[in-house]
Amino acid sequence: MHDQTLTGLAAALTAGEFSSRELTEHLLARIERHDGALNSFITVTGDQALAAADAADAARARGEAGPLTGLPLALKDIFCTRGVKTSCGSRMLDNFAAPYDATVVEKLAAAGTLSLGKTNMDEFAMGSSNENSHYGPVKNPWDLSAVPGGSSGGSAAAVAAGLVPAALGTDTGGSIRQPAAFCGITGLKPTYGRVSRYGMVAYASSLDQAGPMARTAEDCAHLLGAIAGHDQRDSTSVARGVPDYVEGLEAPLSGLKIGLPKEYFGDGLSAEVASAVREAIAVYESLGATVREVSLPHTHYAIPAYYVIAPAEASSNLSRYDGVRFGHRCENPSDLIDLYKRSRAEGFGEEVKRRILIGTHTLSEGFFDAYYKQAQKVRRLIRQDFLDAFEEVDVLMGPAAPTPAFDLGANKDPVSMYLQDIYTIAVNLAGIPGISVPAGFAGGRPVGLQILGTHFAEAQLLNVAHQFQQATDWHLRRPAFAEETA
Amino acid sequence: MQWETVIGLEVHVQLATRSKIFSGASTAFGAEPNTQACAVDLGLPGVLPVLNEQAVAMAVQFGLGIHAEIPEVSVFDRKNYFYPDLPKGYQTSQMYEPIVGPGEVEILLEDGERKTVRVHHAHLEEDAGKSLHEDFHGMTGIDLNRAGTPLLEIVSEPDMRSAKEAAAYLKAIHSIVTYLGISDGNMAEGSMRCDVNVSVRPRGQEAFGTRAEIKNVNSFRFVERAIEFEVERQIELLEDGGTVVQETRLYDPEADETRSMRTKEEANDYRYFPCPDLLPVVLDQAYVDHLRGQLPELPAAKRERFQGELGLSAYDAGVLSASRAMAEYFERVHAVCGDAKQAANWVQGELSGALNREGLAIVDSPVSADQLGGLIVRVLDDTINGKAAKQVFQALWHGEGGDEHNSADAIIEAKGLKQVTDTGAIEAMIDQVIADSPAQVAQYRDAEPDKRGKMIGYFVGQVMKASRGTANPQQVNALLKEKLDALC
Repeated sequence: MHDQTLTGLAAALTAGEFSSRELTEHLLARIERHDGALNSFITVTGDQALAAADAADAARARGEAGPLTGLPLALKDIFCTRGVKTSCGSRMLDNFAAPYDATVVEKLAAAGTLSLGKTNMDEFAMGSSNENSHYGPVKNPWDLSAVPGGSSGGSAAAVAAGLVPAALGTDTGGSIRQPAAFCGITGLKPTYGRVSRYGMVAYASSLDQAGPMARTAEDCAHLLGAIAGHDQRDSTSVARGVPDYVEGLEAPLSGLKIGLPKEYFGDGLSAEVASAVREAIAVYESLGATVREVSLPHTHYAIPAYYVIAPAEASSNLSRYDGVRFGHRCENPSDLIDLYKRSRAEGFGEEVKRRILIGTHTLSEGFFDAYYKQAQKVRRLIRQDFLDAFEEVDVLMGPAAPTPAFDLGANKDPVSMYLQDIYTIAVNLAGIPGISVPAGFAGGRPVGLQILGTHFAEAQLLNVAHQFQQATDWHLRRPAFAEETA
Repeated sequence: MQWETVIGLEVHVQLATRSKIFSGASTAFGAEPNTQACAVDLGLPGVLPVLNEQAVAMAVQFGLGIHAEIPEVSVFDRKNYFYPDLPKGYQTSQMYEPIVGPGEVEILLEDGERKTVRVHHAHLEEDAGKSLHEDFHGMTGIDLNRAGTPLLEIVSEPDMRSAKEAAAYLKAIHSIVTYLGISDGNMAEGSMRCDVNVSVRPRGQEAFGTRAEIKNVNSFRFVERAIEFEVERQIELLEDGGTVVQETRLYDPEADETRSMRTKEEANDYRYFPCPDLLPVVLDQAYVDHLRGQLPELPAAKRERFQGELGLSAYDAGVLSASRAMAEYFERVHAVCGDAKQAANWVQGELSGALNREGLAIVDSPVSADQLGGLIVRVLDDTINGKAAKQVFQALWHGEGGDEHNSADAIIEAKGLKQVTDTGAIEAMIDQVIADSPAQVAQYRDAEPDKRGKMIGYFVGQVMKASRGTANPQQVNALLKEKLDALC
């Protein structure tokens, strides 16, 4: 049963093939057996999950089950969950149990789903390999010597390994799409403002967005429908109706205009990834789509702009971790300054400190105009690039990452790590949605095709991704890791 | 050398919203520590601010009240610094695009002169919590009840030239915000506090001197005294050949002096940037017009009307319009009795005296405006004389006569204070007094005619005493004079 999609499991539960408790027990047992090698969970909430599964089974028995009732999920450990540790992958919050649920957590519970636990991640969502976690790196189930990508690496690895059918991730600069690509699953970053950020520990507030990570676009459509929508507690969530994302999945793609940004196929792109992506695009042509080259001329400014804006916001967002009210506090502080210095020095990891320093610097008097304001101008240009392109074409396609998953420890230099996000980061700056779907392999490691649409075009992206998955079987491939007969 | 003082004020007004500026927690004063701080106020991971619309409306009302420009768009920024009572490590404020643009406030000086002080802008921000240094041996307690309370910071231009002007400006701001009902203006509870920027320059010099900022002064009196001390300090320093350093100082009311807190070199770099969790505030014209339509008559307009229409003196008009409560009380008394001057005299005289003695605010007056008006009616229609009126007032003050609007009448009736105007009765009392005072009558008769006027007082007093204060004094006077002169 662990190989099934969310949609398949829902049908099996409805048909009474097994109960939610049986499914949950099975997955908890798999986590127990296999996650030692993978390290994809920080916290497993087995008792709560089983209690919720029983409640779901009871609801089903009363005839009160919805389409998602009784389905087990996992939550990136960035979402606040009442009474359960919410560490954000950091020593700073190792002792923090949130007193409230994030809006998306509430919504998923209201839809009848249950959580198996909280997944590993790069500390405060800062990283592209999941090597920056206080709880140790996550391994890629396709190859345990490879990274799963980051920052939502735990969610991606857990889904790919069949420990959970789907999970929530967050994407500030590629953190859903790149790990989805590295682990051979489907991951959607919605339009900024589509999903509430309330209760999601902030990294870079103007870029952060939660989204589903699952085996198929269809599963993502079900989950997005459950979590999307305006939230009065998040002023940046958009008051706009939520369409039925499942309804349009089957629409044919004839006449679809696909743009290939030439900047996404240049230097630095691995030849194997390029050829997998080109083959995927050929599939679309066979489905009736037309393809043309477009240009996003400011692409090469995206990483520099991102590494001004995101650290600036992060430096401010992370100021609340001061050892005063919650989180890590150093032993025996001698005075206030000592309390601040040692609590933060001990609580934060190296990459987080690096970004706090960068952000503090770029916001400082005398540098603000040169860095922050300039980066905001670049951000507007990048957004305009996309809007111009969407005048010409319906969707953009390209690789989700320049290479397949790299080896653990391969990218020691921060800048080479930052370059991992070259195709994903501009999307966050522009606020548009993007999805990564499995599109082949390179050296035995998965390759992701990234599809981008204009603001609030999630239904179209899901349709385009789903049609690809109807024509291919990349998304059905499973890693040898943890294979067993269900 | 002749020195000129230059003063600018940053006044922080706590807005009287029910809930905090970015959360639903209550803003009520005086609760147990940390019982009015929700997840948002505590700055827990993952929480987000939601702007309180009431705070926006109040800020706009203030802007309209000082004839300020109201920009269509304003933006919240983060002011970043670490302090234990600042939960998020930043204060959400407005640095670059405030909600209220340039405006002006008219102040009234003691000599009756008027002066306009320009307001540079006013912006919305959240208050921090409180650090409690007592009660925790060697440690500091943090109370976050106040964290997130909405503040309107009103920044003046450096237009004031004396401590008195600064105090007058602060009073004018106090009166505007209380008139608008956007703040309780309670300075003792910290609802209004100000930072004072003070510098001196040689008279005639255009360039400003180096300023010192005195932080967190929380009474009208302290503002005056802090400025006076600071001006003297700066002048002395300069005359001794020294220089004023730009710094933040603290006023200590007990020592009556200002002390250095930190110099410019030690100042924080607040790293302001637009808050990404809040959308820009966009105010459409219809909304602003709607609020404009709801503005009450403000103190300057009221003062004008009291002087022009009601014929009060500039002084009386100023005092009676200073607070909304005072103005409303006076206007009600006036409406009941119909005589503005009498109403003004009673409110400022007997009533204010009694309130001051008891330390009561006018809203807590045991004598209602209706009751006082009813009393004045009886003075005006000669039912009672002035002396009896004071007795009636005292009785009202002590709750006699019930709390009906006509309780003055009940007291007059019960105490038999109705004025005696029957000439026959008064004459009888006069005859008795004259008969009982042969020596005084003889003195009167022997005195020079121009001295007699003063001597008549004795007889008046005796007659009033005989009438238990109820005889009409004018009648007593006239009849006594007639009868005594007939004896001469």
